[in-house]
Amino acid sequence: MSLDKPLNIFDISGRAMSAQLVRLNATASNLANAGSVSGSEGQAYRAIRPVFSTVVEKPGVATVKVDRVVSSDTPATKRHDPGHPLADANGDVWEAGVDSSAELVEMIESARQYQNNVQVLQTAKSLILDTIRLGK
Amino acid sequence: MSVEDSLFGIHGKALALRSQRLELIASNIANASTPGYKARDIDFEKALSKASERQGTVAGALETAMGYRIPLQPSSDGNTVEMSTEQTLFAENAVKYRTTLSFLEGRLNTITRALKGE
Repeated sequence: MSLDKPLNIFDISGRAMSAQLVRLNATASNLANAGSVSGSEGQAYRAIRPVFSTVVEKPGVATVKVDRVVSSDTPATKRHDPGHPLADANGDVWEAGVDSSAELVEMIESARQYQNNVQVLQTAKSLILDTIRLGK
Repeated sequence: MSVEDSLFGIHGKALALRSQRLELIASNIANASTPGYKARDIDFEKALSKASERQGTVAGALETAMGYRIPLQPSSDGNTVEMSTEQTLFAENAVKYRTTLSFLEGRLNTITRALKGE
């Protein structure tokens, strides 16, 4: 994918922050639905995960975007609970296919990478401001 | 030799290259979790000597001095960004940008003082 205007350092880190935020939102959705239960395997919640891809402007200058969001193939777990209001004819319910510990790891990683991009922006900003003040 | 070259010497081109390298490393950091992304960087010394040649340009120098980073420990998704390496180089580059900036500041002060005749 090409862009209509040249990327500057603020675009690079800004877009990366947006992408990490999508990832963090997906993790939040997954964790929120981790304990949810449904009456059939098909209806059970599946963890969602964004797929990142590189947006290259010219060699070496590239940012990132969320290409698509896919459902993971972690299977829903069947639990026998005849007393549950959602239970099917066999008395089974399906718990959401979410690996909570994997989601927590994902959350920490995306938060760290968001912070890295913020740090890049801060450094770039102060360098540019210093350059503007040159000779004053 | 252009006017800016005679005013600022090598530091003008050095600043331009430092700023390009800042973008390059920012791109690597932005793509830290993109599967298959290959981190790039420039050999700064090579780029600077290329840019300070008679017909040298910053863009041409970047092109010749660019290469891929060799990861210390390859990851299974094909991404070669290593956060520790990138952060260290980013910090180093930022400090050296500031250094070049202060060289430029010195030159500007000298010229301003000469013009004022103080």
